[in-house]
Amino acid sequence: MPQIFTASADTRLRAIALILAAGILGGGMFIGGYMNSTYTTRIGWVQNQPVPFSHEHHVGGLGIDCRYCHTAVETSARAGLPPTHICMTCHSQIWTGAPALEPVRQSLASDKPLEWNRVARVPDYVFFNHSIHINRGVPCVECHGRVDQMPLMMQAKPFQMQWCLDCHRDPAPHLRPPDQVTRLDWTQWEADKDHEVYGKLMVKAFGIEPKHLDSCNICHR
Amino acid sequence: MKFFCLILPLLLTACDNLDHQPRDDHYKRTSLFADGKVLQSPPPGTVGRDDLALEAALTTRPPLTQALLERGRERYDIYCSVCHDFSGYGQGTVPSRGFPHPPSFHIPRLRAAPPAYFVDVITHGHGVMYSYADRVAPADRWAIAAYIRALQVSQDTSVTALSDEERTKLEAAHDQ
Ligand code: HEC
Ligand code: HEC
Ligand code: HEC
Ligand code: HEC
Ligand code: HEC
Ligand code: HEC
Repeated sequence: MPQIFTASADTRLRAIALILAAGILGGGMFIGGYMNSTYTTRIGWVQNQPVPFSHEHHVGGLGIDCRYCHTAVETSARAGLPPTHICMTCHSQIWTGAPALEPVRQSLASDKPLEWNRVARVPDYVFFNHSIHINRGVPCVECHGRVDQMPLMMQAKPFQMQWCLDCHRDPAPHLRPPDQVTRLDWTQWEADKDHEVYGKLMVKAFGIEPKHLDSCNICHR
Repeated sequence: MKFFCLILPLLLTACDNLDHQPRDDHYKRTSLFADGKVLQSPPPGTVGRDDLALEAALTTRPPLTQALLERGRERYDIYCSVCHDFSGYGQGTVPSRGFPHPPSFHIPRLRAAPPAYFVDVITHGHGVMYSYADRVAPADRWAIAAYIRALQVSQDTSVTALSDEERTKLEAAHDQ
């Protein structure tokens, strides 16, 4: 009976197995890297804007509360981008001739809204709601980072499913007093040992059920 | 099944049509309306379903409670403090950058003004100050008015009029 396998068959088989293994591992690493790269998460990315609006100046420098401009954030799904006349509550009197603000004045005169390019966004198939998070005391900084240090708005957290779920499965450490949701610096609050139990108590008080919070239909409806 | 769930997202990464669905979301452009906006303003003269209730809230002063004052403080700090500052002297951060200085709330004329006057200024604006009616709901305007009154009292009360307990509290806060 002739031999089915040549003498080198064993070596070839090993080589193929090795290449396959390397391919799978490499592919996995590539996809893993891709999923976490800033190309997909968009962390640190900024957009071209019609007006170089600076949160660093307005929030960090002047101390304007988020809700002065994002007026709907406590009561609706969307935070709301400010209409032009909100800019004008101040810029009708200051920086009235600044070239940087020309589009704002034009927008007011022509009654056409400023067209901001969106930065913080989830895909259309994801349902998100601000008011529930704000009312439960999830502060803006948890999801949008230190906007008071951003000359141009940028994405601070990966708005990926894993990131939403990490908090939904264990919200306690992220909860803060709801009347201070727009506060951005929590280092002092966190340093206080008495605050360690705060989140756990609030999860009970609000009746938040982490088991229920990771069902698909909460965010995909 | 687990494996299927794991690879499903990978298979779907290329499907951008779910990501940007052909529906008219907030902030998007649309061909439905002449001005191209999804978010339409109500036509002039529209009477909203809750307009009557809002109107009533504007004319009737709510009873003074601790909750009203706390709500007033929160709203005042959000919408007024950048110009009028946290104690009402008109030394906020925005006037310090060149905006006209508002008057202090602690001048005799404004001390004598009734709460309805502050509600009216929030509703209609005053001079260079714009109206805040779009951002401060009628009930909140009364809350802010009540809080401004509290600010005025706080700046016009002699230390000797305080109880011992209040005085220790004040001194403790001062030492911090
Ligand atoms: C509560 C008052 C206030 C509001 C509301 C406001 N600004 Fe400003 N803005 C200022 C002040 C004060 C400065 C000057 C900052 C400085 O001197 O540091 C400024 C500066 C600017 C500048 C100059 C560049 C810079 O950052 O220094 C731009 C551009 C600008 N604002 C855009 C806007 C736009 C767009 C809006 C509306 C979304 C807006 N502002 C709303 C108070 C305001
Ligand atoms: C003076 C008005 C003003 C204040 C105060 C303000 N914002 Fe904004 N915000 C804007 C404007 C205008 C834009 C749109 C332009 C841009 O993206 O920079 C914006 C955009 C954003 C965006 C990105 C939205 C998107 O998808 O493009 C986030 C997130 C945001 N703001 C968070 C905050 C937070 C958090 C605070 C409070 C700490 C705050 N803002 C305070 C005016 C303001
Ligand atoms: C739990 C996380 C979370 C918190 C807390 C949160 N946001 Fe957002 N925010 C998001 C997500 C997710 C989006 C994208 C929503 C979308 O694309 O529909 C977003 C979008 C926005 C936008 C874009 C426009 C809009 O109307 O939605 C603004 C402005 C904004 N957030 C401001 C704020 C402010 C101000 C606060 C705090 C008062 C805040 N957010 C708190 C997650 C959060
Ligand atoms: C830092 C914590 C945190 C993050 C991050 C977060 N959430 Fe939440 N989310 C909460 C809490 C707390 C609640 C309130 C749950 C309750 O009261 O039952 C909530 C509630 C919700 C609800 C309403 C649930 C209901 O019962 O109807 C939706 C929808 C939601 N989140 C979507 C999202 C999405 C989408 C993301 C990611 C883009 C996200 N959340 C990120 C903490 C978070
Ligand atoms: C807390 C909110 C939340 C819950 C709960 C949730 N998802 Fe998601 N899901 C998201 C977000 C946000 C994205 C968008 C991710 C992105 O843009 O990368 C997403 C994306 C997806 C995608 C598309 C992934 C891609 O890369 O295109 C699939 C499929 C999906 N989810 C399935 C599920 C299933 C199945 C469940 C239940 C086991 C579930 N989700 C529960 C928030 C959630
Ligand atoms: C952008 C800065 C700014 C903000 C924000 C602001 N004000 Fe004013 N306010 C002014 C200025 C400036 C004046 C003086 C106007 C004048 O006399 O032309 C004024 C005047 C007033 C007066 C006095 C009217 C009089 O009879 O002299 C009252 C009362 C008042 N504001 C209340 C408020 C309240 C309440 C809020 C918050 C809802 C608020 N203001 C927010 C700038 C501001």
